[in-house]
Amino acid sequence: MRRVRRWLPGLLLVSPSIVAIAVFVYGLLGWNFKVAMSDQHDEISQGSFVRLENFIGIWEQERWGISVRHAIVFTVVFVGGALVLGWFLAFLMEKGIRGEGGFRAVYLFPMAVSFIATGVVWRWLMNSGTGERAVGLNSLLHYLGLDFLQWQWFRDPDWGMAAMAIPAIWQMSGYVMALFLAGFRGVPEELRESARVDGCGEWQVYRYIVLPMLRPVTLSALIILGHISLKVFDLIVAVSGKQIITDVPAIFMWTAVFDSHDPAKGATIAAYIVLSVAVFVIPYLVWNARKGKRS
Amino acid sequence: MRRRWLAAVAVSVAGLLTLTACGGNDDKAAGGGQSGQKKVEVFSWWTGPGEADGLKAMREIFEKGNPGFTFYDAAVAGGSGDQARALLASKLQANQPPDTFQGHAGAELQGYIKAGKLEPLNSLYDELKLKDVLPQELIDQISVQGQVYSVPVNIHRSNVLWFNPSVLKEAGISAAPTTIEEFVADLDKVKKTGKIPLSIGSQWTAVHLLESVLLGSLGTDAYNQLWTANADWSGANVTKALENFKAILSYAGTPQEDWQPAAKQVADGEAAFNIMGDWAYGYFHNPAPGGLGKTSKTDFDWAASPGTDGTFMWLSDSFTLPKGAPNRDGALAWLKVAASKEGQDAFNPKKGSIPARKDADKSLYQDYLAWDLEQWASDKLAGSIQHGVVANDAWRTAINDAVGLFQQDKDVAKFQQALTDAAKNSGQ
Repeated sequence: MRRVRRWLPGLLLVSPSIVAIAVFVYGLLGWNFKVAMSDQHDEISQGSFVRLENFIGIWEQERWGISVRHAIVFTVVFVGGALVLGWFLAFLMEKGIRGEGGFRAVYLFPMAVSFIATGVVWRWLMNSGTGERAVGLNSLLHYLGLDFLQWQWFRDPDWGMAAMAIPAIWQMSGYVMALFLAGFRGVPEELRESARVDGCGEWQVYRYIVLPMLRPVTLSALIILGHISLKVFDLIVAVSGKQIITDVPAIFMWTAVFDSHDPAKGATIAAYIVLSVAVFVIPYLVWNARKGKRS
Repeated sequence: MRRRWLAAVAVSVAGLLTLTACGGNDDKAAGGGQSGQKKVEVFSWWTGPGEADGLKAMREIFEKGNPGFTFYDAAVAGGSGDQARALLASKLQANQPPDTFQGHAGAELQGYIKAGKLEPLNSLYDELKLKDVLPQELIDQISVQGQVYSVPVNIHRSNVLWFNPSVLKEAGISAAPTTIEEFVADLDKVKKTGKIPLSIGSQWTAVHLLESVLLGSLGTDAYNQLWTANADWSGANVTKALENFKAILSYAGTPQEDWQPAAKQVADGEAAFNIMGDWAYGYFHNPAPGGLGKTSKTDFDWAASPGTDGTFMWLSDSFTLPKGAPNRDGALAWLKVAASKEGQDAFNPKKGSIPARKDADKSLYQDYLAWDLEQWASDKLAGSIQHGVVANDAWRTAINDAVGLFQQDKDVAKFQQALTDAAKNSGQ
């Protein structure tokens, strides 16, 4: 009885959220996979089990190949850009400049804006008109006398998705900066001191002491950015809508479900998105669990 | 100790209750029944300037004529109905339909019809003698196996060529082109002056352009044939039409964000031509902030899109009667207003469209709309692709994908194959 008293209230307290997560996250996830493995290609039919047919068949669609390629370009540029920029900002701040609090707030503010709002503004900034018809960033480049840098931004057939990553970098690099700043601060001063005593230059202190100690922070940032990036939908809808030129899996999923009325196809794409995020998240969870055991 | 127990139980029960509470909220809002007045939930995407005013005008007529009902405006804003349709689909699937909802008349409703979500309205058509006042061709094109499922409120025209007279003059073009060949020649003349020959917006505006080019190249009968069971998308005439599309597209300027900035390029004299539906008229003509406040015939002008004179490519907003509507009588009362001459003449001048009925009061429709009304009365009819008349949603989406891919690779053979496959797989 005494032992029951110890764990039962706690269990009761968390049970609503356990039930909610079981039903609304894992239950629906399971249902999604069930639909993805059926041939329910319209909203009326019941659909029967077809194993992985949809998962294989989708690779024959040109649009799917394009959207996957776009997602990869976007992820690489966005994650890389936000990590580098965030790290750089944190590096500058770490030196203890005056008014650090103010800078920190300024860099973090973009995160408070929703991707939709960011997208609406950047759609205008990244207007693809050039020359006489330049608006937004292209017109800024014109005033700076850098006309040769004007380009089509997200409408560029090859590197459009790299341009699409710019607003995302703008939005998330402040957050990465905050993560790294905390990481920098977590490096004990004694370690740096002793490295300096051993004859390290300031650069070497960073290279051999600080950077290795930032590895866990970098990994967290990578995972947080990576899963945002693979699921990106709102930003792209706000910037360019549902166009092939900026298609990503999440947009394709939307058109499959709500425009083509093809639940099985939509569920297949959703399943691929979940799996791709899982590739990021599961190793992290495993790594975390191992670390937890060790300590 | 006991207190803690109680608190824990209370919190968890409260948590579970809030969870279950999510399900039951909607019924009250839809069913109504308070104070003897029954709510009629009218679902639409008319929230913009003009269209919302039109809806309000119809609402006033409805409330005056039906004191027993109150109008409940369930309009969802955004994206020419995209969001609204997504929400509607989930409502219908959960069997919680609104009392009546807006939809493009024609094939767009087919999914709902096949799923058994709509009631046929033949008896309403007979009661109101709508078959006498609506064009026969229109009724034929919106009927599915002899049944009509919606009441068209307005008619828009898709195949309109908008142009800037002074830009044309500068390029040495005396009149709007009447054939595709003339059009391509004119585009070339404009190109030499350094202006944008043809302005274009986001991907769907290219599909909109495609439907006008298909109609202009193939002719009305061959175009209408494409949407029937014995359609041949792989024929040489379609190849020719797609080659035309490619040629025309090669004169297009940088794609704009949407149709408005593209239309604005014509109004501002940056571009010569734009092919867009006649909602562009309201945008050109209405005073700011809703429009550009331009003068028709001097700042902008229009003609039937090249090769389509004598054919009216139409699209129409209509209202439906979902099965299991909570307030069926109220919905029918609304449909009667929507079908009436009074309702349509109140709505359409504000929305910038013409009534589907043939007996409209002509004095209410000026300028472009007068021309439009005249053409509607005399032209042959063809249905729009992009705006849900001839192709069901799956087919339309497949055509959109094909156009999006074609915009990138410009491969006509592949494009035609994609369109042929789309027709085959549409299930229409």
